[in-house]
Amino acid sequence: MSWLFDFWRSSIGGKVTMAVTGVLLFGFVVAHLLGNLQLLAGPDAINAYAKWLHDRGALLWVARGGLLVVFLLHVATAVRLSRANKQARPVPYASEATVQATFASRSMVFSGLTLLVFVVYHLLHFTFGVTNPGDFARKGNGAGGFDVHAMVTHSFSVPAIAVVYAAAQIVLFLHLRHGLRSFAQTLGLCHRRYTPIVERLATVLAALIAAGNAFLALSVLAGIVKVAQ
Amino acid sequence: MKVTLHIWRQSKKSTKADFAQDGKMVAYELEHVSADMSFLEMLDVLNEQLTKKGEDPVAFDHDCREGVCGSCGVVIDGVPHGPERGTTTCQLHMRSFRDGASIYVEPWRAAAFPVLKDLVVDRSAFDRVVQSGAFVSVNTGAPQDANAIPVPKADADRAFDAATCIGCGACVAACKNASAMLFVGAKVSHFLHLPQGRVEREQRARRLVAAMDAEGFGNCTNQYECEAVCPKEIPVRVIAEMNREFVRSKLVEEPPSTKRVGGDG
Ligand code: HEM
Ligand code: FES
Repeated sequence: MSWLFDFWRSSIGGKVTMAVTGVLLFGFVVAHLLGNLQLLAGPDAINAYAKWLHDRGALLWVARGGLLVVFLLHVATAVRLSRANKQARPVPYASEATVQATFASRSMVFSGLTLLVFVVYHLLHFTFGVTNPGDFARKGNGAGGFDVHAMVTHSFSVPAIAVVYAAAQIVLFLHLRHGLRSFAQTLGLCHRRYTPIVERLATVLAALIAAGNAFLALSVLAGIVKVAQ
Repeated sequence: MKVTLHIWRQSKKSTKADFAQDGKMVAYELEHVSADMSFLEMLDVLNEQLTKKGEDPVAFDHDCREGVCGSCGVVIDGVPHGPERGTTTCQLHMRSFRDGASIYVEPWRAAAFPVLKDLVVDRSAFDRVVQSGAFVSVNTGAPQDANAIPVPKADADRAFDAATCIGCGACVAACKNASAMLFVGAKVSHFLHLPQGRVEREQRARRLVAAMDAEGFGNCTNQYECEAVCPKEIPVRVIAEMNREFVRSKLVEEPPSTKRVGGDG
């Protein structure tokens, strides 16, 4: 397997790793949003969905393990590449200029690290229940599962939490906007007809994901979703 | 016109341990600059004055002064080769600047391009990359008849887009990561679209990328600053082609071995 490690360690191998893991993470983010949109359909829908997920048993753990590996690979490769990039320019320019690089592309390391912090917080909050206000996460919902609806609506009725979640979406938007374009170029798609389409699609998809997540985070404060009794 | 130049002065060669050495930005006032002078002619005038005063003239690289050799190249106000698109430093004129402008002049900044003196950098890293595989190693004997191998016009154009590279290094200087992928991509693309070059495509992609990585260039993050400053306007398509070629070459690569993989013996 040393050939695979050699591939990962090469410049282009590292970029391909970023692209493949990045697009898998994008796939997860899409599925995550589609699942969570069921919050709008009321307590029974989202709780039944949560129970269905939990009932997958071993399969759920395989998916979680895979996701963790993909995430860690994405972060580890990002760290390796950005350190090499820093070392490649030992003396900075006294006069810095940018001709056509986008803001999103220049802030990938910042947006990535911010997402890392956010993901850790998000897991502590909803998955491990460490930063939960109250103990509703532990309460049954009658069907033998957690009352996800209560947990989420109580959390998002706290303005600070809702705002942090919504603000993180701006960062996610920036990361995905460049990430999705970058993904196509890294895997070799650069074409006068298709690249402009990919670039527009990247912006639209990134915006839809971010807006969808932000909408859910703010839905309780906006009175669209009622807090569970 | 009158300009204030801020120029990087460095008397000793960069080393890994001490890249900047005694280097620092030094300001020079220059009067009676003609708008019709090229940027390098303006530096010539400055150097004449410095020499008359008994000071060390500013070292900078140049040769053809007509935009074809790739020797010249400095970073002007943060942009390699200055503010005009598709233009080398030697072809840039002072009319591109306002009267009274403050102009920052710096060498290419990359670990793989040590500064030799002032604005002159050592670009032999590029030579080593080229020597690793940017050529066709078939012994062809006597020159072939020009039309013996037909090449479709579209392919010839693509190859030529890449072949216009003059190896100046502006792409590395402009890249936020000091990556050489536009240069190396141009070498890959140059041969990829021609039948003569296709024969060795796998080993070429592998060797060029390995040589590039060994020189300590950074990694492209698809920001396309290189494309914006390339005096020959080489498109970032060549980087996508290199990525494709490298992955392909890795997929088809087999470990050297005398053992048979399949069959019954
Ligand atoms: C929600 C989680 C994340 C998603 C959906 C995501 C998605 C992506 C995508 C699609 C790419 C493009 C791949 C390419 O360059 O071709 C990418 C690149 C990148 N990601 Fe992430 N990412 C996530 C989290 C992170 C984290 C936590 C970090 C850092 C610790 C990070 C750092 C980076 C960096 C540095 C790049 C390369 C940027 C570039 O090439 O300009 N990402 N990401
Ligand atoms: S001196 Fe030859 S390209 Fe500028």
